[in-house]
Parts: sequence; structure tokens; C-alpha cells
Amino acid sequence: MKIVDSNKIRSDVAKLITECLITPDRAVTNALRRIDTDSELEAAAAALIVENNDIAERERAYCCQDTGQAVFFVKLGDGVQCVGLRDALDDAVRQAYAAARKSVADPLTRLNTRDNTPAVIETELVSGDTLEITYLAKGAGSENMSKLYMLTPADGVDGIVRSVVDAVERGGRNACPPLVVGVGIGGVTETACTLSKRALLRPVGVLNERADVAQLEKLLLAKINALGIGVAALGGRVTALAVNIEVAPTHIGMLPVAVNLQCHSLRHGTVKY
Amino acid sequence: MDNSVKLYLPTDAAHIQTLKPNTVVQIYGTLYTARDQAHKRIAQALKNGESLPFDLHTAAIYYCGPTPAPRGKAIGSCGPTTSGRMDAYTPLLIEHGLRVMIGKGVRNAQTVESIRSHGAVYLTAIGGAAALYQSRVTACELIAYPDLGCEAVCKLTVENFPAVVSVV
Repeated sequence: MKIVDSNKIRSDVAKLITECLITPDRAVTNALRRIDTDSELEAAAAALIVENNDIAERERAYCCQDTGQAVFFVKLGDGVQCVGLRDALDDAVRQAYAAARKSVADPLTRLNTRDNTPAVIETELVSGDTLEITYLAKGAGSENMSKLYMLTPADGVDGIVRSVVDAVERGGRNACPPLVVGVGIGGVTETACTLSKRALLRPVGVLNERADVAQLEKLLLAKINALGIGVAALGGRVTALAVNIEVAPTHIGMLPVAVNLQCHSLRHGTVKY
Repeated sequence: MDNSVKLYLPTDAAHIQTLKPNTVVQIYGTLYTARDQAHKRIAQALKNGESLPFDLHTAAIYYCGPTPAPRGKAIGSCGPTTSGRMDAYTPLLIEHGLRVMIGKGVRNAQTVESIRSHGAVYLTAIGGAAALYQSRVTACELIAYPDLGCEAVCKLTVENFPAVVSVV
């Protein structure tokens, strides 16, 4: 049994959160730096986002004021013991968000929890003796535009394409484009939702290993960029930088499709033990 | 965006009508931050005939909830939030004199109609450009609802604050 010290996790994860909130995924900034567009407004918006990300890094300021709800994907090896892991993650959130925005409230009273806890923790049990913790900051602007479609097997691939394009057409303008579009297909409702969010973690430009899924990713990216929403929703050709699809087997009578829209402030990072 | 139009706030209805859709403006002057919970309170105060924390007739509302101000800065990161969530309240605020709104994303049909029929304007700020907007705020004063934390109403002084005329 490998023992991992939760005190170390607390301090590592707090540092990870702060760094992620300052510097978004460099693939996004790089894509905006070399944007190919014939719209002056879209080019100007892209330049402002690049300038923003440069200022954030130079001044060590948060790149976006919506520092989000803290989401953790924990891959816990069955040979690992980590006493106090749950509390360590919440403590790391408390510590890192002391200087960031506290954006978590009771859903009914709307009273703020005042320390950005509780963290959202998704745990996946895996074989082996490694512990991997991935942090994702999820802001409301993009998360609010996410959707779940419970299709039928008869809807097929056409139905999937219609649903994903529909989600972006309806919500993309509010979700701070250019987007990374996460799509989860299959399983039961929560499988599809979880997969759609995990899909955001795959590096921009890396296609799914399954050829048919990769094909669908390319098709959807073209269709989404043909919508003309553009950077900052000011009109243009770069509405999304990537469509990442993850799939899981589902029931013979179901075809769940979840679409998670991610804004250009893609803030994530991983620590491994 | 160097050759863009300058927009000085507060402004008036006559000047608003000279603004052209899809043009970039650089804003100078005073903005008031207000988002979901502040709008709820302002709408309630209007319905109850109570006084407001600022005069809607001369105000420009910026849909924003900043991060805390770091030492030595007027404000923390302060990009726009999604304007559409305020659509439930905006026509009422416009009826009571509001003419300038800044945020990100689209407005619903009723709000667009209200903006146009009252000679108001909605400007789009660049979503996610919060560190850039922080660099354009020269002063920030908490003026109402401190219990709302980041959703409190603050009076901001801004310069060279970029936005795009979207609904006018």
C-alpha cells in the first residue's frame, strides 16, 4: 500500500489552483495569436484576449474574474492510501481562493459559502498505486450554456450532430468564445455529463483515438465554425478551437448526448503522486 | 482599436443615437457594477418605491463581479458577466431611466425592444478579458450591498475601456 501525505496534496493543489487561475491553457492563447480571420472586429477581439492573457501572466492577475467553482477529477489507484484527501482538497480551495472570487452559493437562499467550498470532486477508481488530481476552474458563463440531450438510437449520428450544433447555436454567444466544446456520448445521464466535462481536458488539437469519433469531431468543428459566432461573439469564423468527444457504451434503448461548453479561459492542471 | 470612438460617461440620449452598431468604443468615466443579486434588490426597491444606491438616469451599469483587489490595485480582475441573466430585470430599470449597459453575450427580444424604444444602448465587453479591464480601472468605491461580496455595487472610474456597440 502506497501512502500519500494529504498535507502535501493540500499545499501542492493550492499552488496549482493559483497558477491555473492566472495562466489559461497556452494552446488557446497561441491559437488566438495566430488567428486567421477576415473580420477586423474578430481580429481585434482576439488581440484583446491575447493582451489580457499577457497582462495576467506579467502582473500575476487572474485572467478571468470568474475564478469558478473548483472541479477535481481524482484518479485514485486501489493501492493508494491517502487519509484526509477530501478535506485536503477543500482546504486547498479555501487557501487558494482567499485571494480569488468566492463564487459558490446555496442554490435556494443564494447565500455565499464565502470560501468557494465545497469543491466538486469526481473520483475514478483505477488499478495501481498512483494518485492523480486534475483541477478545472468552471465559470458560470460557459457552464450555464451546457446541455443534455436524451436521444433515441433512431436519432443516430445525425441526431448527435444536430444536438451539438444546437447547443452551440443557442448558448455559444454567452459562453465566451472561442470555445472548446466537450461532448459526452453514451452511458447514463451522468456518464454523458461527466464525459463531456472530462473531454475538455484533452489537449486542443488532439483527436479521439477512435477513427469514427475523430471524424465526427472534425465534422462538428467545421459545422460550429460555420455558425459565424466568432471570437467574443462579435461575428467571425473562430467560434470553437476544438470539439472533443468521449464515448461510453450505453443502454440498447438510449443515446444520451451531453454538451459542455468551455470558454477560452480554459484553466486546468494536474498533480501526480 | 487605436482609431476607435471615445465614449464619455455619463452620456445622454442624443449622443447615444450617434453610436453605430458593431463599432468599437473606448469608454471613459463612471460605471456601476451590478449583477444578479444587485439587480434583484434594485428591482425590488423600484417596485417598493424605495431609493436606489445610484441614480439610474445618469448611470451606466457594468455587469461584473470582480475578484478582490490585490494590494496596491484599485480593483481585482473585472471582466463582464453574461448580460442575458439580467434580462429579467432590465426593462424595468430602463423604464426608470437606465440608458447604458455593458456586459457580454446576447439580450432577449423583450430587452432589445426596450433598449431600442427608450434610446438606450447595450455594449459588449470582451468576455474573459478581466486582467485587461482591471488595467483600465483607475478607481473603485464600494457604494451598496456590501453583504453581497463580489456581487456588491461598486462605482468604477475607467479609461480606455474597450467595448463594442451591440444594441442601440
